[in-house]
Amino acid sequence: MQSNLRIVWIYPDLLSTYGDQGNVLVLEQRARRRGIPVETVHVRSSDPVPEQGDIYLIGGGEDRPQILGAERLRRDGGLHRAIERGAALLAVCAGYQIMGSVFGGEEGQPVAGIELIDISSGRGERRAVGELAAEVDPGLGLPTLTGFENHMGVTRLGPGVRPLSRTVVGTGNGDGTEGCYAGKVVGTYLHGPALARNPALADLLLTWAMGPLPPIDDTWYERLRQERLAAVL
Amino acid sequence: MSQLPLRAQLASALGRTAATLSRATGRGDGSVIGGRVSLLLEPDLLRKLAADRRLALVSATNGKTTTTRLITAALRELGDVASNAFGANMPAGHVSALSAAKDAPYAVLEVDEKYLPEVLDNTGAGVVVLMNLSRDQMDRAAEIWLLAQKWRRALAGKPAHVIANCDDPLVTWGASTAARVTWVAGGQRWREDSWCCPECGGPLDRKGADWACRECTFHRPEPNWVLDDEDAIDPRGERWRLNLKLPGQANRSNAVIALATAEAFGLLPHQALPRLREVTSVAGRYTTVARDGRSLRLLLAKNPAGWLEAFDVSSAERPIILSVNAQGPDGRDTSWLWDVDYRILGGRPVYVTGERRLDLALRLDVAEVPFTLAESFAQAVAALPPGDIDVIANYTAFQAIRTEFGRAE
Repeated sequence: MQSNLRIVWIYPDLLSTYGDQGNVLVLEQRARRRGIPVETVHVRSSDPVPEQGDIYLIGGGEDRPQILGAERLRRDGGLHRAIERGAALLAVCAGYQIMGSVFGGEEGQPVAGIELIDISSGRGERRAVGELAAEVDPGLGLPTLTGFENHMGVTRLGPGVRPLSRTVVGTGNGDGTEGCYAGKVVGTYLHGPALARNPALADLLLTWAMGPLPPIDDTWYERLRQERLAAVL
Repeated sequence: MSQLPLRAQLASALGRTAATLSRATGRGDGSVIGGRVSLLLEPDLLRKLAADRRLALVSATNGKTTTTRLITAALRELGDVASNAFGANMPAGHVSALSAAKDAPYAVLEVDEKYLPEVLDNTGAGVVVLMNLSRDQMDRAAEIWLLAQKWRRALAGKPAHVIANCDDPLVTWGASTAARVTWVAGGQRWREDSWCCPECGGPLDRKGADWACRECTFHRPEPNWVLDDEDAIDPRGERWRLNLKLPGQANRSNAVIALATAEAFGLLPHQALPRLREVTSVAGRYTTVARDGRSLRLLLAKNPAGWLEAFDVSSAERPIILSVNAQGPDGRDTSWLWDVDYRILGGRPVYVTGERRLDLALRLDVAEVPFTLAESFAQAVAALPPGDIDVIANYTAFQAIRTEFGRAE
């Protein structure tokens, strides 16, 4: 097990619209409370994506920044190389769609993604806004997913990925599933601080990067989870 | 003002009656219901009520209500001013405000960012004031780049004189299709929504207050007015110490914008500034209320930029109560809490309350800021020793506190 955790936050200047910083802060805190030193890099869209990170994060944003972000990530290639090396990735909302082959632009026109995972997205009929709850794929062994979604995307999962969860409340991918995973890549429509509402998902990413972890005090996480789940289920 | 057509007179009068009834029955200040009744009877009423007046429209993500109040105060130097002083900033509120002051030759209207194109079309306002755009209640508000684009389209080809904050790149872009712009360097505390060029998407390079796109020609215009810490510098280079009663840098920014707007109406700083200094509290914001030996200063913060402004006003030596709700007007999504850096509160007694106190509790826990959870605002107040206390709350949480302490201004 290595001693340092290297977190790379991709393009906060473009894709950080809905509290996406929260995922960075939660990972940092949960690593530090276990005595793991953390080094976080914020990569602006004008800069190259470093390849030596352990966990990569990319967030949500408006249509135009999403298109710009996809163009720059494709040109850069650093994220692909990092994932090939075995790094973990959490891709949220607009960032999630970018990881596939195609997504819907401002007028719904197809825009090329970066083809990191086997998904394709388009624009749906209605905006999905509200609380979401979903049962996580048994293969991951995580408790119910809870969070907030706000998007017009519809995402089709190809055979190369598995759904992250089955929705109980909310829209997610639009076909009864929410998010996806493949290897150490997780995509989700739960925007912003998804990891604050799902500390077990944060720990899954940390475990992929650092190996088995001791438990920590989850009092405030659990109280918030219970309240939000009780509000919708 | 010239005589309104009969139908418009009737619509206006019935709206005022509805507003009076609403107030009398304790349902609110009546401006929304009154305006709705009027607009049902005469959909073109806003245009008719606006005709023959000199109007300023005020729009931004933050500071609309306060700046509207400051400009209104200044223009009273010239005569009666109609204004939607209580923040009812959609067309129903505008109709109410104009109906309530039928003969006022001037009007200053706070306008919701989304409604600006419609209200500009309807009123033909001569002056438009644009201050800042930042992320705000994303579950229901439009994306801010789209808003700025709508502003551009609405302003193009119209004679309106725009007063705009050139320290905000997105506002600058939104204003720059106007026929005439007075640029005000009013500052920009929240920069997280303007790292990219609104024109081409390239990176914006910043040096001090100056900014320019690295990839296209879009850059900060030369300001006509400058806010320099405590002073406003006018287009003639003259320096005016603001000395406002309203606290904080955000209000000094609002004030220099108000001075520039007053000058568009022909008022010079020596005439306008004394009027701005008379404003002490705006719709309960910045007001201080007393209870059981505790003196509570109420600060409203609706979005991440607003929290930075509230932290700027708040005193580090005071205990602080934070209250967060997530009802419709607040935005039902609390993700924005993660965009606010709460570490500045470390070392002060912090109490957390409101309907979404657990969201805030976890946020502070992750920021390593010690806090105490309180079931209610009253419980938080009671738990603190007598003395000065600061309160920061978002929209409905703020209204709930004001209701508890009475709506006295």
